[in-house]
Amino acid sequence: MKRLITAAALATGLATPALADWQATLDAARGQTVYWNAWGGDARTNDFIAWASAQLEADYGVRIEQVKLTDTAEAVSRVISEKAAGQDTGGSVDMIWINGPNFLAMKDQGLLHGPFVADLPNAKYLDLSPTSPNSVDFTTPVEGLESPWRLAKFVFTYDSARTAAPPASMAEMADWAASNPGRLTHPNPSDFMGATFLKQALIELAPNPAALQMPVTDAAFATATAPLWAWYDRLRPNLWRGGAAFPENQSVQDQLLNDGEVDISLSFDPASAAAGIAQGLLPETTRVFVPKGGSLGNVSFVAIPYNAAHIEGAKVVANFLLDPATQAHMQNIQVLGSYSVLDPAKLDDTAKAAFAALPTAPALPKLEDLGATLAEPHASWMTRLAEEWATRYTK
Amino acid sequence: MRQALPEKILRAGVLAAGAIVLLAPIAAGLWHSMGAALGHVPALGSEGPSLGPLRDVASQPGFSTALRLTVVTGISATLLSLALAIALAAAITQGPARVVSRLLAPFLAMPHAAMAVGLAFVLAPSGWIARALAPVFGWARPPDLATVNDAFGAALILGLVIKETPFLLLIILTALTQIPLRAHISAGQSLGYGRGAIWAKVIVPQLWPLIRLPVSVVLIYNLSVIDMALILGPSNPPTAAVLIARLFSSPDLAQIMPASAGAIVLGLVAAASIAALAAGARALAYLGPIWLRRGGREAWMDMPFRAIAPMGAALLLLGAAAMVLLGLWSLAWRWPWPMLWPETLTVAAWASALQDFGPALHNTALIALASTAFSLTLAVAWLETQAKSGREALIYLPLLIPQISFLFGMNTLLLQLGAQGSMGAVIWAHVLFVFPYMMMALTGPWRRLDPRYGQAAASLGAGRIRQLWAVKLPLLLTPICAAVAIGLAVSVAQYLPTLFLGAGRIGTLTTEAVTLASSSDRRITGVVTSLQAALPLAAYAGAFIIPKLAHRNRSALQGAAA
Repeated sequence: MKRLITAAALATGLATPALADWQATLDAARGQTVYWNAWGGDARTNDFIAWASAQLEADYGVRIEQVKLTDTAEAVSRVISEKAAGQDTGGSVDMIWINGPNFLAMKDQGLLHGPFVADLPNAKYLDLSPTSPNSVDFTTPVEGLESPWRLAKFVFTYDSARTAAPPASMAEMADWAASNPGRLTHPNPSDFMGATFLKQALIELAPNPAALQMPVTDAAFATATAPLWAWYDRLRPNLWRGGAAFPENQSVQDQLLNDGEVDISLSFDPASAAAGIAQGLLPETTRVFVPKGGSLGNVSFVAIPYNAAHIEGAKVVANFLLDPATQAHMQNIQVLGSYSVLDPAKLDDTAKAAFAALPTAPALPKLEDLGATLAEPHASWMTRLAEEWATRYTK
Repeated sequence: MRQALPEKILRAGVLAAGAIVLLAPIAAGLWHSMGAALGHVPALGSEGPSLGPLRDVASQPGFSTALRLTVVTGISATLLSLALAIALAAAITQGPARVVSRLLAPFLAMPHAAMAVGLAFVLAPSGWIARALAPVFGWARPPDLATVNDAFGAALILGLVIKETPFLLLIILTALTQIPLRAHISAGQSLGYGRGAIWAKVIVPQLWPLIRLPVSVVLIYNLSVIDMALILGPSNPPTAAVLIARLFSSPDLAQIMPASAGAIVLGLVAAASIAALAAGARALAYLGPIWLRRGGREAWMDMPFRAIAPMGAALLLLGAAAMVLLGLWSLAWRWPWPMLWPETLTVAAWASALQDFGPALHNTALIALASTAFSLTLAVAWLETQAKSGREALIYLPLLIPQISFLFGMNTLLLQLGAQGSMGAVIWAHVLFVFPYMMMALTGPWRRLDPRYGQAAASLGAGRIRQLWAVKLPLLLTPICAAVAIGLAVSVAQYLPTLFLGAGRIGTLTTEAVTLASSSDRRITGVVTSLQAALPLAAYAGAFIIPKLAHRNRSALQGAAA
């Protein structure tokens, strides 16, 4: 129902009452400090958030204080412990950069404020049709409870000076590792990127990928993952450290690539190779490749906890993040290099020109080289996959 | 604190303050953790008690391996550090002990996480040692060897030993001032005993009661360490503390229950290890005299003592290399394999860091100074009013329980008080750990101070406060400065308490460093850890210089430097 209303509002180019509401939100937000809980491991993202805070303070009198997380679940458990202590208003978390599994957990527990996305004026630039990646987060319906802000697409990175031909598909990785023993690895599947590596292989190898869109069942899991484990058992002995140790997360693996310990790393940001080069963290010859059948993609969202102290301020930030000027700034390789979540068809000419004028870099892939975007499996698959991997290989 | 105040009320007041500051949060924390471990988390709609969470954590893949790793790495690192520290103490008390103990300051000031990042770079297959060897062995690529994160935890043990040996060595050197070392050695030598035998038979048995507590603290620390285990330890499975911390941060909120169960199990393992250590010491105390009475001269014992000391020195050299190379990383732009020296040097990391980490630097200094000042006041009040008693062991409770076993529960308590996320809450949490360390440094010198100084002042009409200000504090300036330096260093290094009780909003250099270590940019890590080590280092330098200046015209106090 809500979505119908949203669609109607968009169709009529935002009715006047909505605008009046938004003015009320802006008034209430003035002077607020938004505690944005966001993973703090990426210096460029941190800088971008600081930039956004300066812009917002000048335009709307809203400041952002980034609460740097090592793991998004820290923010979730902060909200849960506040709920446990009966603190239902004035909570310490105003906004979370959230991922699919944490979104599912918070939505199920009723820990989110909203729906609020339809109230944001800049939501008019989004494709919010029911099947759009903006409406479904890891197959969980978004229902206006989180707002998109950047696009993620799974890619591999490699040093073109060391490796002439990276493996063309996940299936080929087993053979590639056999002829290059010890040169391939993936983060521990208890980490998001490690689980993503397995998911990418699962989508490619599963007999019926459509089954992955449904919540996992024992039978479906057994059928869908049988080829995956057969492939992994062939791959594992040839992994780095004989498949007995795994890097903690993506950035540790990036460091292994830079140190020359492995030949391939991975990322959810197609611009990460270019960004890593610009920061001196990766060799100049690092390039990006995508398995030929396409790769996983999803949208990064921000959500507002039900007990947030500065809900209006958080909405102003979420709206600012969707501004075409902000999105173009974000896509600038010298800033973040994250691809825009806005629908190009909905942009006006000024906005289109801003995107067209962005600088380019040799390590930055063209949009057409990134291949098809594969839909994320239902979030329950990822949890199950990580658990099953641990049961099989953690002794 | 006027003299008119009845002594009894004063004593009870200080005791109560100590109990409220130190014991209440721990008791409440353990209570909440225990509740969650038994499946009682009403916010999640779960009512206990049930053994489900315990079963869940026990059925975690690799849990038994993780526990075994924890016990093996924790105990062997502790025993190895102890053996090395004793052997080094035996070696340097012959020579310039005081000079050596000054060299230990950087090791004490360096946070564990920073030491781990530095060591990983020295030891890794693509690390500095391998780079030096690469031309010799013709390695075009780093060898695929598990020299860090090995499945046995050897790299983790090495890291812990490098970090804890200097601490124990300092403790031993301080304790030795209470033992008539020279007299024992010359008596022993005149009876035909070698140096090794004298230490094993005479010195160590007297030393043990003086260092038992710090050794227990090191043992608990080693069993529950997270940051160092993440960077140097095995990864699949990791040690139990890391596995539990991962459960705490799982997106599935119900995992808080098995995580708490695991934290309680870890607490029990820690308690059992302490008991085993005490039982081992008691058995040796029982068997020792039999061995002593046999009167063997055991000349062979000189050998291990002489062999172990260079090993200890080599390990400390490795630690020094880690610190120097991490400092070099802070000036590097790109430093790829197989180069021994950075490809490009730049101050870019420093320039951006000084801009970005201003608030963190400010918070770190503020929290460290406030918690140290408060702890010092409480420590002086405690030592002035409380007689030596068994109760004193309770002070050390925060150091004898793994942090992860009670911090989650303590967080819930502070939320109920509405104090979570405030600067006060973080400072309080730091006091829990700063106070006992400062007491460790102050108790001995304080209790040894000749009571006749106070009596002489009193007979001249000085009141209690005046005795303290005019006589005791100046006499005890050296240990007080040392305790302040230790307190500052302990506060600066706290990670979990800052994170949990600051609701992540109060960023310090250490929280920044651990966040950055998860992104493993060694250059920024190098900058942040240099800053992190700078404050305690400055404090240690102050602890050395201030008494020198204050006592420059009091020659009898010059020798008292710790």
